[in-house]
Amino acid sequence: MNIDFSKNHFELFGIAPAYQIDPIRLEQAYRDIQAQVHPDKFAYLSDAERRLSMQWATQANEAYQTLRQPLGRARYLLHLNGVEIHEETNTAMSPAFLMQQMEWREAIGEAKSAKDVPELGHLSGQLRAEMQVQQHKLADFLDRDRDFAKAAEIVRELKFMEKLREEINQALEALEA
Amino acid sequence: MALLQIAEPGMSAAPHQHRLAVGIDLGTTNSLVATVRSGMSVVLHDENGRALLPSVVRYHADGSTDVGYPAQAMQSSDPHNTIVSAKRFMGRGLRDLPDAGSLPYQFADAPGMVQLKTVAGAKSPVEVSAEILKVLRDRAEKSMGGELVGAVITVPAYFDDAQRQATKDAARLAGLNVLRLLNEPTAAAVAYGLDNAAEGVYAVYDLGGGTFDISVLRLSKGVFEVLATNGDSALGGDDFDHRIYCWILEQAKLSGIKPQDARLLLTRAREAKEDLTAHPEVRITAVLSTGEMVDLTLSSEVFTEITRSLVNKTLVPSKKALRDAGLEVEDVKGVVMVGGSTRMSQIQHAVGEFFRQEPLNNLDPDKVVALGAAIQANVLAGNRSDDDWLLLDVIPLSLGIETMGGLVEKIIQRNSTIPVARAQEFTTFKDGQTAMSIHVVQGERELVSDCRSLAKFELRGIPPMVAGGARIRVTFQVDADGLLSVSAREKSSGVEASVVVKPSYGLSDDEITNMLRTSQENAKADMTARALREQQVEAGRLIEAIEAALHENGDHLLSAAERAEIDEGMASLRSALEGRDHLAIKEQTERLNHISETFAARRMDQSVQKALTGHKLEELEI
Repeated sequence: MNIDFSKNHFELFGIAPAYQIDPIRLEQAYRDIQAQVHPDKFAYLSDAERRLSMQWATQANEAYQTLRQPLGRARYLLHLNGVEIHEETNTAMSPAFLMQQMEWREAIGEAKSAKDVPELGHLSGQLRAEMQVQQHKLADFLDRDRDFAKAAEIVRELKFMEKLREEINQALEALEA
Repeated sequence: MALLQIAEPGMSAAPHQHRLAVGIDLGTTNSLVATVRSGMSVVLHDENGRALLPSVVRYHADGSTDVGYPAQAMQSSDPHNTIVSAKRFMGRGLRDLPDAGSLPYQFADAPGMVQLKTVAGAKSPVEVSAEILKVLRDRAEKSMGGELVGAVITVPAYFDDAQRQATKDAARLAGLNVLRLLNEPTAAAVAYGLDNAAEGVYAVYDLGGGTFDISVLRLSKGVFEVLATNGDSALGGDDFDHRIYCWILEQAKLSGIKPQDARLLLTRAREAKEDLTAHPEVRITAVLSTGEMVDLTLSSEVFTEITRSLVNKTLVPSKKALRDAGLEVEDVKGVVMVGGSTRMSQIQHAVGEFFRQEPLNNLDPDKVVALGAAIQANVLAGNRSDDDWLLLDVIPLSLGIETMGGLVEKIIQRNSTIPVARAQEFTTFKDGQTAMSIHVVQGERELVSDCRSLAKFELRGIPPMVAGGARIRVTFQVDADGLLSVSAREKSSGVEASVVVKPSYGLSDDEITNMLRTSQENAKADMTARALREQQVEAGRLIEAIEAALHENGDHLLSAAERAEIDEGMASLRSALEGRDHLAIKEQTERLNHISETFAARRMDQSVQKALTGHKLEELEI
């Protein structure tokens, strides 16, 4: 028994493949699909239907989680256009960006050892703002210029920034525990 | 005039027949069963009109048991054989129980899960829980006058895979068909949300007898979406009792007391805690078996003081849950209080302060979980209501596997919406390596030794290749009950090895069978009767499911030939059901399952199409 998983994530939700999407429409489409396929709708039915429902609901969750995160959506769009990011192996970054990263790391490290919770919160807010700037650039490169090489570079940078954010969150968690 | 209804062949005589289903709150201290009756969720009472069943089981030498109030009454005089709070031991080994020494039980460390030595032999927490579930099942079947189609059993949201699996095993042992394991705070949110037509972000603060959960949900247009959950599966009212107990020992200068005295003082401690919700101070008196007298007065202030660190232990997970949800305290519209332990005034106060608002206490904190579970059970059993809703829940703890150096590589992150699956590829690190061991863990820490080990298995038969040549794909699938299955296969050479593991705390079918056997005296006859009964129920369920599906859209999804094949399969199963050969029934059930697979797939495709078409129409309207 085969499920037609050949549909890409955008097709699954019936929305045009682009970086800038209407999040409310995405969410509504996701909910409409789950309303049809979620295992809760099949709990009293046969094994076959329950299994299929789980596979479909899993697929819908995967697609939704990918598309709703800006980074996930960008990476997926690049993938659809034949561009792979190779985040793990390709770590070539502009020197300016690397300098900035080092400054961030230092600031986080200092706030961490000083157990300065407000400062960590402040850094987190600053980082969020910078990530938003990057996301605007992504929108331009992906939707307007269709410059996938540049977009891939931004995605790699955003991935770095995401790691910084995780670091801040972990530091906050450690201090609160 | 009433017309005689004649059912068409292949159609259920009464397609809208109400299917009997219940919601069960299997609590640390008390358990409850509820059902939906005439559109209302109600808790079912025992013959004495009591809703709560104390989660206490007492074993007798002949293997018989007392469950509930009679067992609770004997817990001080027969502490070894009277098991309370068995939920704390579900899916836990001896080394997971730091306070085992202070509990009045004789533990035996069995592989996977701890056991308790009683006069009726060693009992696993799964067996103890099954005794409680059996009583609730009997209560429901007597009250509702028929056999149950299934049950929704609630579990703490922060239960890990081993604890969930143990709960499901207990239900199976009690002869219940588990429609779903539902997270307790989610069940409460359903009861609260539907009752109050709530919309927006809500937090559910659930402090039970032995577990603490905090869930952050978004309620909108009939969707209950859990954004994040956190908690402590070993923190609850019991710990508050224990603090009072320690305070008593200290104040009365007692040490090295006997188990029955320990149990007596723990009971007095619990009573004191409960009285303090209504009085500024309480008197605690007891006469120990040694003749020693205890006579103390505990004030609300002292109680607050000695339990301050416990209260704080609930606020840390609350902060984490909010952060994981990407929200601030101001975003939370209401905090629903669940669990008997939230009656304590210091809890009410601390929660109010943390969330900067009055907590919501308008539902009975003891009953709301069971009521919500019953509402969901009614829907899952196929008793559709007009206003349908959708529950989107999450997995509470990350899942990963062990990599080089005892480190954890996370494969599924905590708070992922379930069901969820993720695959990861691994490779061999030695030339000619033909086997690979895979160690599955759950938890947030970086080191394997700090996480819970769920399963270890070996993937054998990898074709010999140079190091890094093999490509082994490990797939994690978490179902809607939050239960994990893992499969792995090597795919580079076309040779496939595949294995599906059940986490090590889960019981194998053999073990379940063994437990059933030992729990019954005249094993053989009972086992056959039981196997027959189970197959009959399973077959009945399948026929009913297919009939419902055929009734809905059999005509336009099946060709005449396909329809005939399914009808023939159902007829064969029906004729097998007339006999008493459980193997024949099983064979025909499997056959019918197979025949109906294509139909099931088409129905699912149609459902998805329907969802998509809904959108296209909306788009046109814009």
